[in-house]
Amino acid sequence: MTEEKRRRPPAGQFITTQFNSLLGWARKFSLFHYPFVTACCGMEYMSAACAHFDIDRFGAGWTRFSPRQSDMLLVVGTITHKEAPVLRTVYEQMTEPKWVIAFGTCAVSGGIYDNYAVVQGIDQIIPVDVYIPGCPPRPETVLDGLLKLQEKIQHQDHDWRWKKKRS
Amino acid sequence: MEEETILERLRKEFPAGVKEVLTSLGDEVAVIDKEALLPIATFLRDGPGEFKMLLDLTCVDYPGREPRFEMVVHLFSLSRNRRLRIKTGIDESDLRIASLTSLWKNADWLEREVFDLFGVRFEGHPDLRRIFMYDGFEGHPLRKDYPLRRRQPLIPLKE
Repeated sequence: MTEEKRRRPPAGQFITTQFNSLLGWARKFSLFHYPFVTACCGMEYMSAACAHFDIDRFGAGWTRFSPRQSDMLLVVGTITHKEAPVLRTVYEQMTEPKWVIAFGTCAVSGGIYDNYAVVQGIDQIIPVDVYIPGCPPRPETVLDGLLKLQEKIQHQDHDWRWKKKRS
Repeated sequence: MEEETILERLRKEFPAGVKEVLTSLGDEVAVIDKEALLPIATFLRDGPGEFKMLLDLTCVDYPGREPRFEMVVHLFSLSRNRRLRIKTGIDESDLRIASLTSLWKNADWLEREVFDLFGVRFEGHPDLRRIFMYDGFEGHPLRKDYPLRRRQPLIPLKE
């Protein structure tokens, strides 16, 4: 959807765009996240998620340890080729709508591990919405990444049950 | 003094098996023959040295050197607080070597690691298969001739 269309939708679409915006608002503040923690970035994840930085202030406090109940996948740490099928399965088990955050340099690009064992960025396996750099990223960076994702969700074209499908 | 006697005893017991003895940074090192590994290890564990603990078992690849691989065994004596290192050359043409699992139980996984990453075959190992890499992985990644950028993904990658 272009910027122009978003600001001034055609008359007949007024209700749907307003509903789309409402859905975006609701969804961005009720992210259930699933932490896929494999390496040292996990310490920063804990810091961001717990009381000191408190990710709950941004509406993502509900940590679910089942991918079936979550809609934001946090890939925290190095992903090896041996582990890649597991990550793919976890992603596929998540219910729609779902978003993925690559947390830390290893998840973004493989980091310093340019070798036989490590996947060079998880976007080779699953689609990624937000990349958070840093080795490991500070909790402030993580929260900034979360805000970026919320902005993206707010302006996304949402899907719902009785939506008129564009073919 | 005590360090000298263990190495001297080792030389006396196995004149053919022990190629070289030295001390490195205060620890004893014995370079031995591949065939003598099991009797020497048994002597070190049950003899006066009392090296009851296997600290580490690893391998080094020296490309172009003869023999190409060198297996290093780190032993520790709990009763005497002493360390000892055994080094054994393994030639590329014959990668077999005796397993130490009958002496130290933890040699099991250490030898599987060396087998996985270097391809050394341990004779008498109860379950010699890969420990880090997955089934179907080709080659031994810590060998110096394993291509630096060779990847063997389990699922198809994008791009």
